[in-house]
Amino acid sequence: MDPHRSPNLLDEALGLDQSAGTWPLGGRVVLVEDCVETSGSFVLYQIIKRALSPNSSNVVIFLAFSHSFSHIDRILRKLGSNLVAQRDNSRFFFFDMLMLQCPEGDERKGKDGLVELYRKVQTLVSSLPEDKKKCITIMVDDVSLMEVATNGSSDHALDFLRYCHTLTSEFGCSLVLLNHEDIYSGLLRPTFLLQMEYLADVMVKAEPLATGLASDVHGQMMVLSKGVCGKPGNLMNKMHNFQFRIKENTVEYFYPGRRT
Amino acid sequence: MAANKTRTSGFSRNFSGTTSSQTPGIKSGPNGTIFVSSGIPDLDKILGGGFPLGSLVMVMEDAEAPHHMLLLRNFMSQGLVHNQPLLYASPAKDPRGFLGTLPSPVLSKENKSRKDDPEQDKGLRIAWQYKKYFGEDQHIHRDAKQEFCNDFDLRKPLERQFLSGRRVDCVSFQKISNIATLQDHCSTFLAQFRRNDGNISGVGRLAIQSLCAPQCEYSNMEWEMLSFIRSLKGMLQSSYAVAVITFPPSLLSPSSSKRWQHMADTLLSVKAIPVRCMPLVFGPSSHRMIVADEDKELAQLLTGYQDMVGLLNVHKVARMNTQVPVILEATTFSIKLQKRRFLVLECLNQAPIDGSSGSSYGTTASCSGSSSKTGTLDF
Repeated sequence: MDPHRSPNLLDEALGLDQSAGTWPLGGRVVLVEDCVETSGSFVLYQIIKRALSPNSSNVVIFLAFSHSFSHIDRILRKLGSNLVAQRDNSRFFFFDMLMLQCPEGDERKGKDGLVELYRKVQTLVSSLPEDKKKCITIMVDDVSLMEVATNGSSDHALDFLRYCHTLTSEFGCSLVLLNHEDIYSGLLRPTFLLQMEYLADVMVKAEPLATGLASDVHGQMMVLSKGVCGKPGNLMNKMHNFQFRIKENTVEYFYPGRRT
Repeated sequence: MAANKTRTSGFSRNFSGTTSSQTPGIKSGPNGTIFVSSGIPDLDKILGGGFPLGSLVMVMEDAEAPHHMLLLRNFMSQGLVHNQPLLYASPAKDPRGFLGTLPSPVLSKENKSRKDDPEQDKGLRIAWQYKKYFGEDQHIHRDAKQEFCNDFDLRKPLERQFLSGRRVDCVSFQKISNIATLQDHCSTFLAQFRRNDGNISGVGRLAIQSLCAPQCEYSNMEWEMLSFIRSLKGMLQSSYAVAVITFPPSLLSPSSSKRWQHMADTLLSVKAIPVRCMPLVFGPSSHRMIVADEDKELAQLLTGYQDMVGLLNVHKVARMNTQVPVILEATTFSIKLQKRRFLVLECLNQAPIDGSSGSSYGTTASCSGSSSKTGTLDF
């Protein structure tokens, strides 16, 4: 079977298995939460792989705060998509934000600050041709590092995310965010995390098994889609729970105890 | 072990030692990573080869025990033995003085003889015989093999020849007023090892001890420290260098500590042995008894308890250029001093509990089976 087309549990949970022509995540915000023991970055790579699959015309805008291009390129190459080629094709845009430092204080909006970054993203989105505008995915690899880049003024980071959120309603972009839940778990009022969870339409949580790490089950995940039913007044949250095992070129998903 | 596995499954370029032959002290791993040694052979083995270049290693200290210094010392010594430039930052007033406490590498002869495994010994003798015949050639080969990671004798200070003329920068946190100065030090140091093409001209080691120690003025500026680590990580990703940062997590706020842990590529923690026949001076006598009992219980449960110095936990192993997490069979290791000299890490060996019953059952079954077989044949 063609690995590009066979839907797995994550695809089903995210609604990526419907091949109705439109990008299923369009206009939605996906929040991926993970912890020190289990990294959730593989979910981003899976979504990139889907978005850049040969029979779609999606565009991915990747705001990298934690990993270099070569790291992500190597991973995606093993998953079967060539980021360098896609970059030349103007389907993959990589913003290297590893060294971004925004000065503190709301008055001094430096040249390289988040405002400038948003401006770049916005111009990029609006400059894309009409047919591509429909399915743009904006990814932020590690919101917590964006917070660090703003020197702890989470409001700036949150503002940036809200601005990006406007793009989802304006152009139908989808926004995929990675954050670390355990950073905020000890806080009395984790405003930042709660605000992001409020923004999110789909939440993906990756965590280790309660019994610890095993070599054949790398963790479990919960996918919560808010208000999936299309009819107004008939909102329903849909939840999927399953376990996963990460391999070099694929990720296996399975229900607990049903691993074949 | 894990490294080998990933190598076979992923299609990584096979370097087959092209780079390692040029620069001493490095070896290529899976997915195009290049390892340097941590200075502890067992730790290298556990981590699947060593510390990958470009990675940030963090060690969580035990606030009451100096075990992180053991890791730092070996890491620094190994770099000096390989003639790799070193930047050492510490909260002490005179960081250069610390260089005098670095352990000395053991010559291969001594190193071999300390292994008391009889099989190893036999092999060794044959190898020595070979050496007689092959002479120089064999000798070079042996040296090259040992070069990547040395054993260090913790009781012998590093000889002067390894320190003089080496590029060692020392920074004291007490002398610098803000963390930007430290960042400048690091960026100038790392600028020597930029990745531009395939050639590795040199490998740098960065050792930062107790970054958030209260001695430094910025120790209460958590966001500044976080952005320092973030930029350090960014710089490391584009250079041939490894940084080891130790920090006492108890001095940070819990959420900051988690942020630090998330930023680490490889995350280790060291702990002292929980209780060690240290009767409480104050408190009721019944409490004292409990402590002593616990100690005894531990000693019974773990073999080699007497040699143990502390525990090492591996929380995260760096995954460079791959999405596959490294899952270790064991994450807790005991730090032991072998012959009071050599640092070794061992899996916590629990004394076998009732382990014999299963196998004996099997043997009896097969015995009876064979006997019944002979019974049928015997007519």
